[in-house]
Amino acid sequence: MSDQQTITIDGREVPFTEGQTIMDAALAAEVYVPHLCHNPEFVPHGSCRLCVVKVNGRFQSACTAPAAAGQVIDNSSDEIMDMRRTLLQMLFVEGNHVCPACEKSGRCQLQALAYYTGMLSPHFTHFFPLRRIDASHPDVVLDFNRCILCELCVRASRDVDKKNVFGITGRGINAKLIVNAASGKLGDTGFSVEDKAFHVCPVGAILPKHKGFEVPIGERLYDQQPISVVGDVAAHDEENAHA
Amino acid sequence: MTSAKTELEGFVAEVVDRYGRDRRNLLQVLRTVQDQQGCVCDDAVQTVGQAIGVPAMNVRSVVEFYSFLHGTPRGQYDVLFSDNIVDRMLGKEGLMARLCERLGVEPGVPRADGRVTVDNTSCTGMPDQGPAILVNGLALTHLTPSRVDTIADLIERGVPLQKWPGIYCEVEDNVRRRDLLLGTPFIDGSGIRAVLAQGPDAVLDEMMTSGLRGLGGAGFKTAQKWALSRAAAGHEHFVVCNADEGEPGTFKDRVLLQGHANLLFEGMTVCARVIGARRGFLYLRGEYRYMLELLEHTLAQRRRAGLLGKGILGTEGFDFDIEIHLGAGAYICGEESALLESLAGKRGVPRKRPPFPVTHGHDNEPTVVNNVETFSAAAKIAANGGAWWAAKGTATSPGTKLLSVSGDCARPGVYEYPFGITIQEILDDCGASDTAAVQVAGPAGQLVPKRDFGRKIAYEDVATGGSFMIFNHTRDLLAVVRNFAAFFAHESCGFCTPCRVGTSLMRDLVEKVATGNGTQYDLEEMKHLGKIMKQASHCGLGLTAPNPVLGSLDKFPEIWTEKLKSKDFEPAFDLDGALSEARALTGRDDVHAHIA
Ligand SMILES: Cc1cc2nc3c(=O)[nH]c(=O)nc-3n(C[C@H](O)[C@H](O)[C@H](O)COP(=O)(O)O)c2cc1C
Ligand code: SF4
Ligand code: SF4
Repeated sequence: MSDQQTITIDGREVPFTEGQTIMDAALAAEVYVPHLCHNPEFVPHGSCRLCVVKVNGRFQSACTAPAAAGQVIDNSSDEIMDMRRTLLQMLFVEGNHVCPACEKSGRCQLQALAYYTGMLSPHFTHFFPLRRIDASHPDVVLDFNRCILCELCVRASRDVDKKNVFGITGRGINAKLIVNAASGKLGDTGFSVEDKAFHVCPVGAILPKHKGFEVPIGERLYDQQPISVVGDVAAHDEENAHA
Repeated sequence: MTSAKTELEGFVAEVVDRYGRDRRNLLQVLRTVQDQQGCVCDDAVQTVGQAIGVPAMNVRSVVEFYSFLHGTPRGQYDVLFSDNIVDRMLGKEGLMARLCERLGVEPGVPRADGRVTVDNTSCTGMPDQGPAILVNGLALTHLTPSRVDTIADLIERGVPLQKWPGIYCEVEDNVRRRDLLLGTPFIDGSGIRAVLAQGPDAVLDEMMTSGLRGLGGAGFKTAQKWALSRAAAGHEHFVVCNADEGEPGTFKDRVLLQGHANLLFEGMTVCARVIGARRGFLYLRGEYRYMLELLEHTLAQRRRAGLLGKGILGTEGFDFDIEIHLGAGAYICGEESALLESLAGKRGVPRKRPPFPVTHGHDNEPTVVNNVETFSAAAKIAANGGAWWAAKGTATSPGTKLLSVSGDCARPGVYEYPFGITIQEILDDCGASDTAAVQVAGPAGQLVPKRDFGRKIAYEDVATGGSFMIFNHTRDLLAVVRNFAAFFAHESCGFCTPCRVGTSLMRDLVEKVATGNGTQYDLEEMKHLGKIMKQASHCGLGLTAPNPVLGSLDKFPEIWTEKLKSKDFEPAFDLDGALSEARALTGRDDVHAHIA
C-alpha cells in the first residue's frame, strides 16, 4: 500500500489508480458520494451535480474530476449537504413528483437522496409543468412528469442497446425527454424491456406495465436501508425493481 | 408519396450534398432548409435525418435548441427585437408595441395569414445604434417610430427585404478611439511573412514576450494556449475563431469582422503555421449573418493573393483554409466547448473539462479556440514583435483592449484603450455625465457604482470581454437586473440542475420583488440560491448567472429594499387569484369565497 497514490475524502484515505475519477475511487473504496446521473457502467455525464464535492477548496463534480494524489475532499460538510438538498429541491419542483402515488416510491434514488440529505419540503415554488404520460408501449409506461433529465436511458440506448430510443430536446427549463419516433410515441420505437435502457432509470419515469406494488411499500430497497449503504437502484435491478 | 414530399426530399438531398453529406454540418443544413422552407417542419426533420445519417430525434433536438430554428412556420417576415437593456433604454418596448399594433399581432404569435411574426431576441450586438431588430435574420439599426410605420407598411405590401430602404440595414462602425490594434498600419501578409521568415518557435517567443491574454474575457495566456495545442499529439490540428459575441452589450468583434477581417484571418493563419493546422473555422453568431457574403469575399480575395489555401505565399506544405459556420441564436455557444459541439452540428451543450480543447477540441483533435480580437492582435504581434504590444497596458495586462461602450453617453461606440484605463476616463471620453453605474463585462460581469469609477479596466482589477453599459441617475437599476435575470433563464442550455432550474427560479424571485411582492425573506432566498448556482454549475454561464442579483444586493441594496413589502413573508403566488377558478365553478363570490 506504501507506493499507492491516495486522496483523502472526509478525512479517510482512499487509494486510486491513474485515470480514475474521484467517483471511481470512492465507489471502489465504498465511500458514498451522492449521485443521480452517474452509473459506473456508462460514461460520466456530470449533469445532476449531486456529486459536487469540494476538492482542495474548489467545487468539482466527483464523477468527472480526475483523482490526483493528495487531493483533500469535502464530501459531507454542512455546506455540501445544503447544496445537495437545494439541488434536490430544484429537481422536485421542476417536475411533478407525487411520491405517495408513485410505483417507484421506496426504490427511487431521488426520494432516497431527499431522505439522506434531510430534505423536508420542496421549498421552492413548483413549476407544475404540463407533461403527458406515454402509455403507447405494450410493456412500458413512460411518465415524463418524473424525469430528471439524467440521460441514463439516453446513454444506455445509444451506447449499449445501439437503438437511440431516447434523447433530450429543448433548452433551459424547457429541456425535456423525447423518443425517436415520428409520432413521438414510445410504442413506435423499437424499445423493449430487454433493453439496458429499461433498467437504468433512477426515478419512476420508465416503469413496467401490468405490475404494481408487488413489493409492498415499507419493504422496498430504501425502506430498509439508506441509499448511502445500499447504493443505486439499478444495481439491485434483479432482486428489486422487478421482484 | 405526395409530390410535395418528393420535392422536399430532392431539395434536402441537394442541400445535404452541398454540405458534403457530413453530419457535422447539420446545423448549417438546417439553417439552409429553414431559409428556403420558412421552418424545419416534421417532414423536413425526418428527411434531413435520413439524408445525413442522424436519428430524426437528434435533428429535432438541434432545431429545438437554437432560438433561430423553428419547427413550425413563423411569419413570412420574422421580426425580432433586440431585448438588451440598452435597446430598451432607447425605446425598444414602445416601438415593439407600435409595430405589433400596426400589424395586428401578438408578440411571438404568427399572424393568422402567415405574413409576419414579431418577437424578442437576446442582444443583437447593436446597442451603439439601437434600437435594433433582425428581419429574417438580417440586422436593422436605428429604429424610430417613423421607420416602424414604414416597416409595417412594407410588410403589409409584401415588399421583399432586398427592396427595403438600404439605410435601414446600415451598420456603422462607430470607432471612437484607436490604439495599437485599430490605429497602427498593417500590411496584409506581413504577419504570415514574419512567421515564415522567423519560424514558429520565434513567433511563439514573441507571443510569449507580448504577454497577450485572451481578449474574449477569460484572459488565458495566448502563447501558452498555442504552445499546448502545438505540443499535443493528434491526427490533425485545428484553429477556431470564436465570433459568437453573445455577451449583451458587446459589439467590438462586429467592428473587427466588418472592417478588419483581413487582420483576423491573418492571425488565424499565423496560428495555423505555429500549431500545424490545415483547417480553420470561423464560428459566426447568427445575428451577424448580414456579414457572411463580405467575409466570404475577403476569404476569396486572400486565396487569390496566396494568403490562404494551398502553398501559402509559395511555401510548399503550408496549406491552410478557413470555413465559416453560422450559429443560430444561442449565447451558450460562445463558451468554447459548447461552440465546438455546435461546430459539430450538435446542441450547444458545454463539454466536460478536462480534457480541454487544446488537446481534445474539434473532432477531438488539438484545437486552439481564440476570440476575434485575440487573433487580430496576434497577427500584429507576429509582424511587429512582442515588445511592441507589451509596451502598453499594465504589467499583468499588457497591450490594449477594445471596449463596446453603450447606454447613457453622447458617443457610444468602440474605444480602444491600453489596459489600466480607469472607468472615469472612459466616461469622460464618451460624453457620459450624471452616471450612476456602469455594467462592465456584460450581465455576467459587475455593476460598478460611482464610488468605484477610479477602478481600472485590467485582468487584475475590473476584467472584461468588452461590454461597457452606462446608466445615468434616471435609470431604474432594478430593471437592469430583471433584464439580465431573464436573459440567463432564456439562455441556460438546460444541461445541469443548478443552472437549468436555478436561472428560472431566480428570474421569478427577481420579478416577485420588482413587482412589489417581495420581502426580506426573498432577498435571503436569492442570496442562497445564487450561492448554490455558483458552487454547483457545470459551466461559466451558470457560475456567473447570479452575478447581477448578488452584485446589486451587495453594492446597491437600496434598489431592492425600497421595493419590499414590510412583512417577513409573502407567498409566491396570488392566493385569492388561485381561488378564482373554484369560485367560477361554484358560482360563489361572497366574502367567504375570498382570501384577503
Ligand atoms: C457562457 C459563456 C459565453 C462566452 N461567450 C464568448 C463569446 O461570445 N466570445 C468569446 O470570444 N468568448 C466567449 N466565452 C469565452 C470562451 O469560452 C473562451 O474562453 C474564449 O473563446 C477563448 O478565447 P480568448 O482566449 O481569445 O479570449 C464565453 C464563455 C462562457 C462561459
Ligand atoms: S427517463 Fe429516467 S433515465 Fe431517462 S433521463 Fe429521465 S430520469 Fe433519466
Ligand atoms: S451551467 Fe447552464 S449553460 Fe452551463 S452547462 Fe449548466 S445548464 Fe448549461
